[in-house]
Amino acid sequence: MVKEHHFSEPWDQIVKRLLSALLVAISLTPPAFAGDPDPSNWPSVLEEAKGQTVYWNAWGGAENINAYIAWAGAEIEKCCGVKLIHVKLDDTANAVAKVVAEKAVGKSEAGSVDLIWINGENFASMKRQGLLMAAGWAEKLPNRKHVDVKGKPTVRTDFTIPVEGLESPWGMAKLVFFHDSARTKAEDLPKSARELVDWAEKNPGRFSYPQPPDFIGSSFLKQVLSETIADPAKLLKPVNEAMFVADTNPMFELLDRLQPNLWRQGKTYPNNYPDMKRLMNDGELDIAFSFNPADATAGIEAGELPDTVRSFTFPGGTLGNTHFVAIPYNATAKAGAMVLANFLISPQAQARKQDPKVWGDPTVLDINALPEADKAAFAALDLGIATLRPEQLGKALDEPHPGWMERVETEWKRRYGAAN
Amino acid sequence: MREGLSLENIVIALGGKQLLAINAHVGKGDVLTVMGPSGAGKSTLLAYIGGFLDPAFDASGKVLVDGIDLTGLPAGERHAGILFQDPLLFPHMSVGGNLAFALPAAYKGWIFRRRRCEMALGNIGLDGYFDRDPDTLSGGQRARVALARVLLSDPRTLLLDEPFSKLDAELRAQMRQLVFTKARDRGLPVLMVTHDPSDAEAAGGQVLRIG
Amino acid sequence: MEAALRRGKLTPMRQADRALSIAIAVSPALVILILAGPVIAGLAGTLLPAFGFFPVLGGDSFNLDGYTMLFAEPGIWMSVWLSLFTGLAATAISLVVVILAIAAGTGTRAFAWLTRMISPLLAVPHAAAAFGFLFLFSPSGFLSRLMSPELTGWTQPPDILIPNDPMGFSLILGLALKEIPFLLLMALAAASQIKIAQSRQLIASFGYGRIAGFLIGIWPQLYRRMRLPVFAVLAFSTTVVDVAAILGPTNPAPLVIRLVGWINDPDLSMRFIASSGAVVLVLLTLTAILLWTGLERAGSVLMRRQSGRGQRFARDALAQKLSLIVATLTCVIVLTGLLLLGLWSIAGLWQFPHAIPSQLTMRSWMSALPQMGGPLWTTIAVACLSTGISLALVVLVLQRASETKREARAGQWLIYMPLIVPQASFLFGLQLLVLGSPFAVSVPMLVLVHMVFVLPYVMLSLGDPWRGFDQRYEQIAFGLGQSRWNVFWKIRLAMLLRPILTAFAVGFAVSAGLYLPTVLIGAGRLPTITTEAVALASGGNRRAIGVYAFMQTLLPFVAFSLAMLVPTLLFVNRRAMRH
Repeated sequence: MVKEHHFSEPWDQIVKRLLSALLVAISLTPPAFAGDPDPSNWPSVLEEAKGQTVYWNAWGGAENINAYIAWAGAEIEKCCGVKLIHVKLDDTANAVAKVVAEKAVGKSEAGSVDLIWINGENFASMKRQGLLMAAGWAEKLPNRKHVDVKGKPTVRTDFTIPVEGLESPWGMAKLVFFHDSARTKAEDLPKSARELVDWAEKNPGRFSYPQPPDFIGSSFLKQVLSETIADPAKLLKPVNEAMFVADTNPMFELLDRLQPNLWRQGKTYPNNYPDMKRLMNDGELDIAFSFNPADATAGIEAGELPDTVRSFTFPGGTLGNTHFVAIPYNATAKAGAMVLANFLISPQAQARKQDPKVWGDPTVLDINALPEADKAAFAALDLGIATLRPEQLGKALDEPHPGWMERVETEWKRRYGAAN
Repeated sequence: MREGLSLENIVIALGGKQLLAINAHVGKGDVLTVMGPSGAGKSTLLAYIGGFLDPAFDASGKVLVDGIDLTGLPAGERHAGILFQDPLLFPHMSVGGNLAFALPAAYKGWIFRRRRCEMALGNIGLDGYFDRDPDTLSGGQRARVALARVLLSDPRTLLLDEPFSKLDAELRAQMRQLVFTKARDRGLPVLMVTHDPSDAEAAGGQVLRIG
Repeated sequence: MEAALRRGKLTPMRQADRALSIAIAVSPALVILILAGPVIAGLAGTLLPAFGFFPVLGGDSFNLDGYTMLFAEPGIWMSVWLSLFTGLAATAISLVVVILAIAAGTGTRAFAWLTRMISPLLAVPHAAAAFGFLFLFSPSGFLSRLMSPELTGWTQPPDILIPNDPMGFSLILGLALKEIPFLLLMALAAASQIKIAQSRQLIASFGYGRIAGFLIGIWPQLYRRMRLPVFAVLAFSTTVVDVAAILGPTNPAPLVIRLVGWINDPDLSMRFIASSGAVVLVLLTLTAILLWTGLERAGSVLMRRQSGRGQRFARDALAQKLSLIVATLTCVIVLTGLLLLGLWSIAGLWQFPHAIPSQLTMRSWMSALPQMGGPLWTTIAVACLSTGISLALVVLVLQRASETKREARAGQWLIYMPLIVPQASFLFGLQLLVLGSPFAVSVPMLVLVHMVFVLPYVMLSLGDPWRGFDQRYEQIAFGLGQSRWNVFWKIRLAMLLRPILTAFAVGFAVSAGLYLPTVLIGAGRLPTITTEAVALASGGNRRAIGVYAFMQTLLPFVAFSLAMLVPTLLFVNRRAMRH
């Protein structure tokens, strides 16, 4: 990215050296020691974890998720003596940036982030830059045996990037749309991205999507891309620059049509999913969407949405993926972070998470393979009035390779990023 | 040792320009009046004696009281009591508090100190004013408290900076009388700066004109 | 005999005096170290990558690639223009409202109410005020709900682009709401040093109207004393993050918002853009200040010409009323916004166009309170420590200035440097330095960083009352035989107790409201109420925002209340100490 402009030697050298000294030499700590805890020797991990404090960097924008994380913290303190502190982020990228900054100054141990709630582009970026703790740990966790690896392939490939045990699954996500049945009739609802654009033409100003690079907003673009690209197989591979324009042309034609009919004529966008939910409750939007099929129900439970809200998906399928937790290479409390990651995929924690009264996030476990008691706990959950049954959720489309996301976001910004 | 206040070869200059040069002696109980237009450096002279001269000035010369050289001492140890044209009672203390603050620490014992202050108040006709808020006093009462305050601090000398200029004619006469009498009774050398000739007249001592 | 007694007792007092002298003598150096150190180090850490030098990222030669990439970003010029325009406009509007309010108001009952409202208004954090504004004025906001559907016929909120309007008008108004009380406080502090009432009578005797007379006769002297705070407001308005994120345009956003986005981008190459952007932001602030001084010139020329003409503008009753109404309205808007925040925090389902929620619930409070303890204590501890130390240093520096009777001009500018240099520009560089230092993230480190921002405000708040202190009180006390230590404590500090406590409250409010320094330096490990509030705000949940914004307001409010209550109780029977 950075081109070299050579100044005349040796002056250049002297200046360079002086400045390196200023920027780098302030701090070089010795390189990390190969002393990472080994999850195949679980008792030793538990032993090491005792008394540790785990700083879990996770998006903090939703009360119900924050409350769930607080509950998990209380549980692992009780069982394993691990103290959990939820570092509430307004954007997951901040945690990645923190690790990047630490690496930049050579802080290869005692880093400030112990666990990150992550997936997709952020995972790809951290993996590429070698910012994650040694591969394989996630597959050796004791509770890993409950994870539905076969039935949920996205547990092993995160946005087409092989996970390789660098992150441990936490929950499933599926793009689901909401509408308020008191305002919009079910039969008028769009059944594909193309129909959604038609619908917006008939109902101008009543639909929008969070402004990319917001995760949900970018996901909407990917949904449109997946539906419109001539050869969907291309999405599983990195972007072919030569073909990019042709490949994305149908998508941008559709978005161009959508643009004037967006809420506020596309001059501004909702910040993120919760913002979109708020706008729906305020009656500013008629269709919203989320990555958690239970969000509509959870919103009704929390008094954030009217109880007439219902969910729907596209028959042709919507994006589905998995979200994970990962440990940075320079984490301070690696053993504690593993204990926490292991607890998060315990049947107890997963069942509570799937309860829409708590959060409603779908499990990553294979429910049928669980012991009877745990199976019963899942069966007892009332998924709620606005949540589609698993069989109603429809086909899950694969997430495109992260390269697509970056290119599409850049192109989106070029086209719509300066609306005025 | 010469009793009283001696000003020996005092020269004060600002930015290389000489403002005033004084050689004078004030005996115990006597008043030296320094007169001059505003800006002539009258107050500067008092600041030099009191020990709080603006460092922008260059000043030299000795100030002696009863043979003790004040110039080497910090302001708080010179005991050069000062009265301005405003009474400037400390607004956050009671009337009695103002007096007790002035009374040297050597007087021990809370009850004794209080009695001493109450006595001083009685001497100026303000019996029972110990706990009063100074802001509720009349102008004349405040001026008297200010005088009682400075006298209670056992000063070596008294510096007066236009002390009567803000009082109305009747009060002015009373206060002049009171101040000069008290100073004479205590044998205090007094240095007064003023631009009011009647002040000088009332003081009755030598008069020095500057500027 | 008594004299001998006196002299024998002097030693311990002299020791205290000496300690005080030493503290006073070293204080300026300490302040410079604390303030300029981090700013300069941080700027260096930003400047080097801005010119391509960042060895760990493979940038090891000087180049301008960062700028090439920066200016290739779509809408970048619009972002730059937005920052400049909103900052200048917000400052100008706030200043005009303050001028007119003082001109028309001083002495009226409405103005007395206004001045009493300053402290509570200052306590309101910028973000909370912005959210209140949002809840009030957005198309589905309270006002629209009140009028709908009866007056407007709206059964759905209108599709109108406020807030986040592309030209930033809602951002300008939102900023002005918070800058007006601050400038008013500064103007009143400055006014206490010049004899307004007397000048007023004199000018009125020439037959000038209230407003015109004030503008011609008093304003120039007043403004001279509040230029620095005005510059601080200008710099703040051009580079503020939280308010711009809530009310500002999004597409494109003001430069500082995009800058923060680049800083937080996991793509490392964005660091070069971010650093270049940070440099551009500094230049932008300087440009704003330059343009402002141009406006000052133009204004003073206009004023001189006008006063030369001798028109009296005596009939300005209507203008007077309008000025006061506008100023009062800003208070009402902020306070209503706060009430709405409170209402949202206990609201159940609350749909458009209902003016009040259909249910009330403590659910948000119940879920937030158990998680609030840690951040609450961190906020209080860091605010108390950083403000306490800053206050001590400021007092010493001011004491030195009043003893030597010299105000170091250069020193003054240095103190206000952290208010002028955009936070985002040096915090990023500072973050790398802190990370690279052998010290772990800790409360003392956060306190130090907070001091960089707290100290200038404490200085700003205490400077005028301190300089306005009648030094003859001290001279009298010296004449009464009191030591330097006694005079300092029992006269100077005791008499200035009220402004000192107000300065403390101001500092406390600043520290409690700091976001960017807290997340960047605290690495998220030292969460405060403000960082939690911003994280929750990202979820757009009005109930959670209500809870946190309420707490965010409550803390400084308690500080301001104490600052008012303590002197009142201590000086219950001292009429002259009431103001």
